[in-house]
Parts: sequence; structure tokens; C-alpha cells
Amino acid sequence: MTPEPPASDNAAATSRETSKSSSALLEIRDLHVHFRTRDGVVHAVEGAQLSVERSQTLGVVGESGSGKSVTAMTVIGLTRFPNATISGEIEFDGIDLVNLPDNQMRSVRGRRIAMIFQDPLSSLHPLYKVGWQIVEAIQTHEDVSTSEARTRAIEALHEVGIPSPEKRIDSYPHELSGGMRQRVMIAMALVLKPDVLIADEPTTALDVTVQAQILDLIRRLKDEYGTAVVMITHDLGVIAELADEVAVMYAGRVMEKAPREVLFTSPELPYTWGLMRSIPRLDAPRPDRLDSISGMPPSLINLPPGCPFHPRCPYVMDVCLTKEPELKQSEPGHLVSCHLEIKERQQIGRDLQTQYRS
Amino acid sequence: MTQPINNEASNAPRPNRPGGGLRSSAADYARTAKGVLFSSMFRYIVRRVIWGILMLLVVSALTFVIFYLLPAGDPAAIRAGRYATPARIAQIRHQLGLDRPVYYQYWVYMKALVVHFDFGTSFKTNLPVGGEIFRRLPVTFSVAIGAVIIWVAIGIPVGIISAIKRRSWLDRVTMGGSLVAISAPVYWLGLIALFLFSKDVGVIKVFGGSGSYVPFFQDPGAWFSSLILPWFVLAAAFTAFYARMVRGNLIETMNEDFIRTARAKGLSERRVVFRHGLRAALTPVVTMAGLDIGTLLGGAVLTETVFNIPGIGRLAYDSIIGSDLPMIQGTVLFGAFFIISANLIVDVLYAFLDPRVRY
Repeated sequence: MTPEPPASDNAAATSRETSKSSSALLEIRDLHVHFRTRDGVVHAVEGAQLSVERSQTLGVVGESGSGKSVTAMTVIGLTRFPNATISGEIEFDGIDLVNLPDNQMRSVRGRRIAMIFQDPLSSLHPLYKVGWQIVEAIQTHEDVSTSEARTRAIEALHEVGIPSPEKRIDSYPHELSGGMRQRVMIAMALVLKPDVLIADEPTTALDVTVQAQILDLIRRLKDEYGTAVVMITHDLGVIAELADEVAVMYAGRVMEKAPREVLFTSPELPYTWGLMRSIPRLDAPRPDRLDSISGMPPSLINLPPGCPFHPRCPYVMDVCLTKEPELKQSEPGHLVSCHLEIKERQQIGRDLQTQYRS
Repeated sequence: MTQPINNEASNAPRPNRPGGGLRSSAADYARTAKGVLFSSMFRYIVRRVIWGILMLLVVSALTFVIFYLLPAGDPAAIRAGRYATPARIAQIRHQLGLDRPVYYQYWVYMKALVVHFDFGTSFKTNLPVGGEIFRRLPVTFSVAIGAVIIWVAIGIPVGIISAIKRRSWLDRVTMGGSLVAISAPVYWLGLIALFLFSKDVGVIKVFGGSGSYVPFFQDPGAWFSSLILPWFVLAAAFTAFYARMVRGNLIETMNEDFIRTARAKGLSERRVVFRHGLRAALTPVVTMAGLDIGTLLGGAVLTETVFNIPGIGRLAYDSIIGSDLPMIQGTVLFGAFFIISANLIVDVLYAFLDPRVRY
């Protein structure tokens, strides 16, 4: 059995020409993803709004369970479980991904929107050579001979900086180091030159020096191919490295969205402040213990009423208990979902940053 | 299974290939890597064979000890017949060497076995044990092969379907049924099958009944008819067990990260399940199947007894009833031999099924 010929070439789903549209390359509007489970309905994503342009990197930050990964998986249709309800809009290059039939979704997935994952060892099939796995990705979407696909796989491995790729292509994943494996994943994702690369915590399982290399690689490939990158992470350091635009997610919602410089110089959301305070810093007086956000991330089954962050928010007001804040523009390009007065939160945000930057 | 990248092909020397220099060095690399693998595997196999022989020694000694420790019929008395005088029994005991110390008997037995590959002669029938076992080997093999085919052909697909259609009514019915099949003892199931389908006593007289075995080369049709019930009875529990095992393994595998990667690549769900999921889920199943086949080749005692099939299992049963020590020894050693061999084969096979395994 050789990999199947490309799935039905549906013009709408697979045309590579950019359809002229005013919206971004990938735009998510008011996305809701719910899972019915035995314990109740999990509101994994609740009204998420994100967008990313070609050659841009969108950073998505948040704690575990904030809906980052579910949002990403929903984009490529991997959350279409029988117990899932997905509503809202995901528009990719003029295609409505939420309602796209499965077979057309498959030809978008991997070919036009590729995804890489956290742990490259468990994400590669342990029993197949890495070359086989890359060749399979190519042959799934393009009708090319195995030897041609193999040549391209070697090129792709070379491209991601794997030394002597013509040997490495016959390696099994366990024969490679963690960094090499993630490079293989990236090669596999980028060999079809996708429009969007979704990276779900791609550096979490790697050690720090390798992390920097992988981030460099992603940045270089993004610039070279004009790929739009969605970088999902809980590491603000990665965001500071790479992102053009940052979305902070909490309890399935995008609570703050801003260009990177704006977010790091004047964050306006108490949750973002908490995230920033909890980063250890070398350039600040060392506190006795590292700040952390008090409390626990909320249960996505029984969300607190009002603002989902209110039980943990040091600035909580009466209105927060009953009314959920909307994601509203505070400055051009800077969206915040908080009941605090704009002036007040801008002040606190700036103070926080000067306190650290001095 | 042909893979897009065929390792045999890429390891073969390819003189007339463009860019031959680089390629052939890669091929050399692969060849030496394989050479190292084989030499270390050869050492491993030799080590395992030596251990296997030691194991057989232990098994034979234990069989001797257990035979004399546990209450059993006196072989001499059984051979002498019902109205034998004590003197006659003593004479027979002396003839069989049973009046010598146990360790001496064991020594004589092992000497004959090692030097002449002689398994001794039956206390009861005076037939050579080795010849008797080899004569019955095709019978036991016939029983085993059919059962294996049935359980693989039914158990694995049922497991796959149950895993894919998890929590569907199909899954519930097959898994419930498998529980019954696992719990049903062979001697009970065998009798039920005989009462329902055998030509002699059955309600529906279709298949050969108890004791109807004929060798394949004598009459293939009758051979098949006589074995169909034993095959299904023997395979029932195995089928159920394998269905459950395949289901469990596949469900577990389908939650792995590499399955998510396969889906993210845009593969069809069928390909995700069969090429990615099943490939990983079946590796332990192959191991289990190897061991089970080895065990069965040592004789399916219950099945062969219920259906009165003249195989090694039936021989073992009869020799235990008749306190026929050389025959017991022979069948036990054969069983142990098959199990040890199956273990070794499975372990070696594993290195080919899973590239992470090295010896």
C-alpha cells in the first residue's frame, strides 16, 4: 500500500491562489468549542477571537486548560469528536473551516495548515523511519513518485539544519536527539510549504539551548516562506522572542490582544500582570519567593459567573462578579477584556513594567 | 507491506546511481549497521539457546521429582495387571529400573536422551516414547494450526472494529460475548459442541464427532470435518482474548501523540488507523500469538481429550492417568521445548517488528 493519491481536489478547499478578501489569512471569530462529558459540558473555548496574517507570528499565551490547544486543534478539524459542539467562524483564505466537510478538511490539514506539537518523540511514529513519515506527508497531498518525495524529504531535512540528511532520513525517531526530532517535525510540517504553521508549545520538551535554535529555525523559515505562524505557548519568553502579535487566553477566552511591544510595555489585564510578575528576572531585585497568580485555573465545566478571572483577581470589583467584560479596544490594536477603568489599568500596567525595568 | 522507502532496496549496492559517491557511503553505513546488528543478535541467540537447554534440564528433573513426590499409581503394579502377585510386581519393578534410586534413574534417562536422543520406552505399551510423540506431532499440529487461523482471522478484526466503533452496540455485544467465551471451559464448550453438531450424538449432525480424527493425507475432507469442532472450541477463548487485547491496544494507541500527528498530516482516517495505529498496536499481539502457538504445539490437552484426538495432549493425559513416567517426561519435554523455542523466536522477531529493540 502506498500513500493514497491526493484527496479529492476540491477547488474551494485547495486552491492555492489567495482569494481576495479584506480579512486576515486565518481569522477566528467568536469560536465556541464545547465537549459533552460525563461530568458535564466542558466549555473549552468560549468566544475566542484571533487572526494572523502571512509572514506574521501570532503568539497565544495562557495556562494549561486555557483553550489554546483546543483552539488550534479546532482550526485543523481535529476536535470534531462526536461529543464536541463547535460554533463560530474560522475563516482561512476565504474558506469556512468550521463547516468544511471532513474530506476537504483533510486536504487543508497538513498541506495548507500544518501543525507541530510539544513532545517530538511521542509525536513521531516510533516504528517508521523519519524519511518514511515525511514521504508519507508529501504523497498524501501530492501525486509524486516515492523517489521524488524522498529527494524532497532530504531537502527538507537539510533545510531545517539536520546534518547529513541523506543518512538521517533512514533514522528512526529514537535514534535522534530531542532537537533533531523537533527539526524533523518541522521539516515534515513545512515540506508542503503550508500557508499557516501552528506550533503547539514546540519548545517545551527541549532544553534551553535547543529551544533557542528551534525558535530561530521557525523564525527563519517563516521569513523565507512567508508562512503565518501561530505560536502556542505558556512561556512569555518565547512570545518575546518570536511573536508580532500576542493573544492572552484565559478560560477559553481571549482576554487581551496586543502587538508584542505594547503587551510587554503596557499590559492592561490583571491576568497578564500576574503572568509577567511570575517570570523570574535577572535584572530585578530578587524577591524572597517568586510571584504567582493565586488560586487555580477555573473548572471549564462550572465557570464562575461574571468575569472568569474574578476569583483570582486582586482588583476585583462588584461588577466583575456578575457581568462578563467584553473584549474592547483600549488603544488602536490593543484589545482588553476587563471592567477596570482604562486609565487606571494603563497606569497599573505601566507601573508594573517600570518597576521591573528600572 | 511495501513501504514507500524500502529498506532492502536502499541497502542494496547501487552502482549506477547519480550521485553514487554519497549514496554508496550511505549504503555502506546502513550495511555495517545491519552487520553489527546481526552479529550481536547471533550472540544473543546462542546465549538464549544455551539457557533453553538448561531450562529443559531443569524441567526434566522437576518432572522426575514431582512424579515421585506426588501420589500416583505404581507404574509396576499398573503394568502387572489386576491379579498380579507381589513377586511379579517386584520383578516388573526391577525390569523397569524402578527399584533403583531416583537420581540413578534420572541419570540413566538423561544419558540415553543426550547420547542417543532416546526418550526411553513407555512403561505401559513398550513403545519408544520419541517415535510415539513424533507420530502424533502432525495431529497436534493440525489442531493448533486451525485454531490459530480461526482466532487470528476472527479475533483481530473483531478487536479492530470494537476499538474503532467503541461504545457502539457492536462493541458491547462482541466484548460481552468475548467475556463468555473466555470464561467457558474447553471441556464444557467441547461437550456442548459435540451434543449440538457432531455426526454421532449431535442435534444437527454435520461435523465429525469425538474420536473421528483421520490423518490429512488419508482423507482431507474427513480430516477437516473431524477437526472443525475442536478448532472452534479451542479457538473460542483465544479469539475472545485476542479480540479484547487488540481492542485495548488499539484504543490505547489511538490516544498516542503520533496518531494526532498522523491526523494533522491530513491522512485519511483509515490510513491513520491501519498504517499508524494498528502497526503499533499489533506488535505485542504478535508476541502473544507466538507464545500461544508454542504452548499449543506442546499439545492441547483438554481439547484433544474431549474430542479424543490422538495428539500429544491426549498422549500426555493418558500417560499421566497410567503413571507412565517416560511418556510423561517425553510430552513435558516436548511442550517445554516448544514454549522455549516460541519464546526465542518471538524475542528475535521483536527486533524486526520494533526498531527500538536491540540485542
